[in-house]
Amino acid sequence: MQHSSTYSPSLRDLDTAGALTLGGLSLIFAATRRPMVASGLALTSGALLYRRLNGNRRQVSGRAETRAALGGQRGIHVREAVRLEVPIEEVYRFWRQLEHLPQFMSHLESVVEEPDGSRSRWVARGPAGLRVAWDAEIVTERENHTLAWASLPGSDIVTAGSVTFAPVRGGRTTQVTVHLQYAPPAGRAGDWIAWAFGRAPAQTVREDLRRLKQWLEAGELATAGLASTGGAA
Amino acid sequence: MKAVRFYGTGDIRVEHVPDPEILNPRDAIIKVTSTAICGSDLHIYGGFIPTMQSGDILGHEFMGEVVDVGRDVTTLAVGDRVVVPFTIACGRCYFCREGLWSLCDNSNPNAWMAEKISGYAGSGLFGYSHMYGGYPGGQAEYVRVPFADVGPIKVPTGLSDEQALFLSDIFPTGFMAAEQCQIRPDDTVAVWGCGPVGQFSIRSAFMLGAARVIAIDRVPERLAMAAAAGAETLDYEQVDVPDALRTMTGGQGPDACIDAVGLEAHGTTLDAWYDKAKTSVMLATDRSHALRQAIGACRKGGTVSIPGVYGGWLDKFPLGAAFAKGLTLKMGQTHVHRYMPQLMTRIAQGEIDPSFVVTHRVTLDDAPAMYGTFQHKHDDCVKVVMRP
Ligand SMILES: NC(=O)c1ccc[n+]([C@@H]2O[C@H](COP(=O)([O-])OP(=O)(O)OC[C@H]3O[C@@H](n4cnc5c(N)ncnc54)[C@H](O)[C@@H]3O)[C@@H](O)[C@H]2O)c1
Ligand SMILES: [Zn+2]
Ligand SMILES: [Zn+2]
Repeated sequence: MQHSSTYSPSLRDLDTAGALTLGGLSLIFAATRRPMVASGLALTSGALLYRRLNGNRRQVSGRAETRAALGGQRGIHVREAVRLEVPIEEVYRFWRQLEHLPQFMSHLESVVEEPDGSRSRWVARGPAGLRVAWDAEIVTERENHTLAWASLPGSDIVTAGSVTFAPVRGGRTTQVTVHLQYAPPAGRAGDWIAWAFGRAPAQTVREDLRRLKQWLEAGELATAGLASTGGAA
Repeated sequence: MKAVRFYGTGDIRVEHVPDPEILNPRDAIIKVTSTAICGSDLHIYGGFIPTMQSGDILGHEFMGEVVDVGRDVTTLAVGDRVVVPFTIACGRCYFCREGLWSLCDNSNPNAWMAEKISGYAGSGLFGYSHMYGGYPGGQAEYVRVPFADVGPIKVPTGLSDEQALFLSDIFPTGFMAAEQCQIRPDDTVAVWGCGPVGQFSIRSAFMLGAARVIAIDRVPERLAMAAAAGAETLDYEQVDVPDALRTMTGGQGPDACIDAVGLEAHGTTLDAWYDKAKTSVMLATDRSHALRQAIGACRKGGTVSIPGVYGGWLDKFPLGAAFAKGLTLKMGQTHVHRYMPQLMTRIAQGEIDPSFVVTHRVTLDDAPAMYGTFQHKHDDCVKVVMRP
């Protein structure tokens, strides 16, 4: 399977990370797999999370909510990758400052991190002035390697994402692999997801990563100075 | 400013449009002093290039004076006289670093369009459809040049515009076409098409050591221009080209063949009529008569180098023949940045004077008429240079 090879380094490295990390990541991985594998992984990760977090009831139930909403094949899943001729530390540093994400993720308006870096508030723009917002926390953080986040309960949207950074071509190139999930939506949030990702969610994220690449490699976003036609149409 | 705009097949107009501005830190604005019409522009004019829009500014061969630079451009200053590559390239992505400048990852804002057709997108180009980025072109008084810190190169004061202008495209294009042939000293190279690209291919093949060049066209003054460079010539309306090539090469075939014709090849044989019928009812996009002939004529194990542009789908493409003879096929938009400095040196040293190809010197206002003249090869037209 194609994505197991992409993800295996991080999975292999996981035993060195905490079980919380493993739980958080597996949740995200689980959702990309075929249903049967998925439920197995989701179960394991759920149990792991519970074991580590039973001192903190509120969070556990919040995570369970997120997990329930994002489990299996429901919702929007996008996996896209891009390669950059930029040192891995630089790419990681840029992405880790979540405030930077709206610079290349077209649907985001702002991401504001709390001073301690644990939580962040995400605001996305939608059609006709619509705005949706959610709070998220970093569930995995391995410098120059992996970053994963998930929304917290009480948000407009249930979402999780992960990004891995891997050296390729003998370390001269950095490969960034992104996995984003949005739960099956209803109401306002559903309208937003339909607007932001349209019929081709992968294309939307591919354009986001293309902008990231332009920004970090070329130092600017390519434009012909005409009204943008947009890739997702 | 004045600019040459496309409004549909055979419909070119000169109109006033807003002046371009610096939009990105690596931009420059060039005041155009000379700009040319390319055979590639004729493909647009002929309606063969998809994703053109009404009002698009044409032109990708231009040079001029720097009048403004973005804050990150330290290599150029206002007042510099430069010639600009028609391919737009960032200089920093994997492809630029590998010297594959026309395949730059970061210069095409509409990469997704090209990806739908090709899987992955090439670089942006000036004035060459939205699939190639939708950049306004250089047949205008001013043009915005992105990545001006890696593209344009300065022109020594001793050289005239007409000597330097073709570094923007057709000289590097002919040179790359010849270089791709991996010419060895005793080689014979056959060149289909004696338009400007063919002319530079012929001269580059000699520069790179070819013993013989055989040039094929039907237009007398173009064949004469080829002969002036030392090529033997074949008029494809007078002789059977494959037969003639076979005889001229002792029954072996040319070591390398260059298709400097592209997707609007004209022909006199059955396959050419078939192409014409199919493209005119949109069942095929390209006419590849010259390319088919080049593949058929090439010696076993030889190289077919294709600077001629193809835009879509080829019908009756003789891949079996290419396979059976173990041919190497090389093609693509020219990596102009790669060749500019070395070719500038050859010009400065007097090894070649590219202005030989210019037959028409006009102003921008003459563009609509000159597209027609160039397309129909009227008035012995080989290359048109416009001074705004
Ligand atoms: N690869 C690149 O980056 C690049 C750059 C510039 C131009 N080009 C392409 O190169 C090609 C030639 O450009 P040009 O400016 O010389 O154009 P042009 O139209 O002036 O020349 C084409 C020549 O081919 C001749 N011809 C037509 N059918 C023929 C046939 N069957 N056999 C032999 N000759 C035939 C024509 O009589 C004409 O002289 C075009 O396709 C152009 O788009 C490619
Ligand atoms: Zn050209
Ligand atoms: Zn590049």
